[in-house]
Amino acid sequence: MKPGFFLLWLMAFFLVLTHELEAGTFHVKKGSSLDTIQEAVALASAGDTIFIYEGTYLENQLVISIPLTLIGVNKPVIDSQGGDEIFIIRADQVLIQGLTLQNIGISHLKDRAAIRIVEAKNVTIDKNILINTFFGIYLQNSSQCRVQNNTIRGEAYDEVNAGNAIHIWKGSQMEVINNHLSHHRDGIYFEFVDQSLIHSNISQDNMRYGLHFMFSNYDTYEENTFQRNGAGVAVMFSKHIKMVKNTFEENWGGSSYGILLKEISDGLMAQNTFIRNTIGVYAEGASRIKIEKNDFINNGKAMDIKGNCIDNEILANNFIGNTFEVLTNSRSNLNHFEGNYWAQYKGYDLDKDGIGDFPHRPVNLFALITDKIPAANMLLHSFLVNALDMAERMFPEIIPEHLSDERPRIKPLAND
Amino acid sequence: MFNITKFIVSDLIKNWILVLYSVFLLLATLGFFLLEGQGDKAILGVLNLTLLLVPMITVIFSTIYYYNMYEFMVLLLAQPLKRSRILASIFLGLGIAFGLAVGLGLGLPLWILHPTPVALMLVGVALLLTVIFIGLALLVAVWVRDKARGMGFALFLWVYFVLIFDGLVLLMMYNFSDYPIGKVVLFITFLNPVDLGRIMVLMQTEAAALMGYSGAIFRQFFSEWWGLIASLLIMLVWALVPAAISFRMFRVKDL
Repeated sequence: MKPGFFLLWLMAFFLVLTHELEAGTFHVKKGSSLDTIQEAVALASAGDTIFIYEGTYLENQLVISIPLTLIGVNKPVIDSQGGDEIFIIRADQVLIQGLTLQNIGISHLKDRAAIRIVEAKNVTIDKNILINTFFGIYLQNSSQCRVQNNTIRGEAYDEVNAGNAIHIWKGSQMEVINNHLSHHRDGIYFEFVDQSLIHSNISQDNMRYGLHFMFSNYDTYEENTFQRNGAGVAVMFSKHIKMVKNTFEENWGGSSYGILLKEISDGLMAQNTFIRNTIGVYAEGASRIKIEKNDFINNGKAMDIKGNCIDNEILANNFIGNTFEVLTNSRSNLNHFEGNYWAQYKGYDLDKDGIGDFPHRPVNLFALITDKIPAANMLLHSFLVNALDMAERMFPEIIPEHLSDERPRIKPLAND
Repeated sequence: MFNITKFIVSDLIKNWILVLYSVFLLLATLGFFLLEGQGDKAILGVLNLTLLLVPMITVIFSTIYYYNMYEFMVLLLAQPLKRSRILASIFLGLGIAFGLAVGLGLGLPLWILHPTPVALMLVGVALLLTVIFIGLALLVAVWVRDKARGMGFALFLWVYFVLIFDGLVLLMMYNFSDYPIGKVVLFITFLNPVDLGRIMVLMQTEAAALMGYSGAIFRQFFSEWWGLIASLLIMLVWALVPAAISFRMFRVKDL
């Protein structure tokens, strides 16, 4: 290569670089010549940054089809006034930060969302506030997007007219971190989303599920809090899910549970806390899940593990203050319980090795009866029922004889 | 009338069985709270004990007391006193004495250790059960002249309300589980003050949601204020009707 030619290459390279560096910035400000976001988006070229200053912008259907950065300064408000979606992102490398988006109208024909991301990569939605948006953030067929530090608050009053706060349909390597989601239908909705992370979110007071999880594999969710959701959390038809250090609490109500595990396999559930749920863990068709070091405290039923659950390992959990510890609908038991602490354990430990001297059967006769005959609940804690239960535990006739913890702990474990 | 009541109360509070009963309740309540540590669980323990012990002691003691007071009553009847007044003062005297025992043995420790609506409800239910079983005891005692048979009846009443009734209900539920029995069950609970009392207390605890798990009607009834008032009224009916019948029987009885 001749030196002249090389120089030309170098110049061309720097030209491109400086062009990149001098990516345009636009300032959308009330009272200035540029006072709509629509205009700014139309003027901008790839890689530009648009600053949006305080004020209320009555706009919607802003289609972003080139890589752009939109940054809100002093919390500008974009109000759709009960109309259509606000941002539709069809490009990679988009950042939306610091905006307040509100008032998307309910539609029964279309899942309107405040921010819709369509077939994009590397999109970041950061530090926004979404109020009364039918759906909050809707990601479809995208990958490697980050949804973080947002507050998404709906005003749903019934399930039919409500959308999800963060809805991800088909995607991979998504990160949903540190969001606060409330009063929607589902807090977080995952369908066909693989290798993704859900971390440190708070999802509460949603109509249906705090987290709704289907056909999604190899995902991790940890350190989230799910509180007072209509039905708790549902993890269904998925494989290799890691659930660590989450808190499930106060999911009280007719058909409410801390977490529903339906048709899922090969997962890990560790160091979670279940407090005051009607049912802590409701497992149906779950297999090869390792449930360990969780705390089940003051639940109605700590675990309802159906007969079609196979090869699950329930190890080293604490069961404290639950009305019923384990419930099942089968006489046989294909799961393994070991080394848990059961507050209802009546045994002793003569050799002082910290392990009770005879096994604990956590299934309560009365729990089985009420499961079959709900009306029998009226006899809860009655003398007759307590006496029957005591007798049944000694000589199992109806409760599954083999569902027992052979090595029950005498003292609760410190799981943190 | 109140003179006789005063006499009976002052006689009863010196009775060592009553003192023992009160002390036992006190120690048991304290024990539950010290052992269980968790407030709600301790309350459940106390509830179980109360529902078992209060009716038993009350019904047995009251029956015996009536028989022991028989001669005293005959003596009183020689005076220009109304018959119903004499029985009423026994009823009232027993009620006050047992009420004090429950208040001291149950109310005091709960008030100190766990002053919550649940505890209040528990004490209320215990007091109502006390009155109800005094009424039932008087009914049996007035009706059956023979002391041994009367005692047997009284004991049977206790076993019936605490154990047999629940067994029958469970049996019924098993046989009719295919039918919508939710509402029927609600009415069935009204037939047993012990069950009714237990549910009234449980509805104030965490167990309420578990109950609501199925019987929506059930939960709705007991968690609404009018349901609570209705159940209190039914408890009062239970307290007054047996007593009223015994008064009527006593009035026309050939002693």
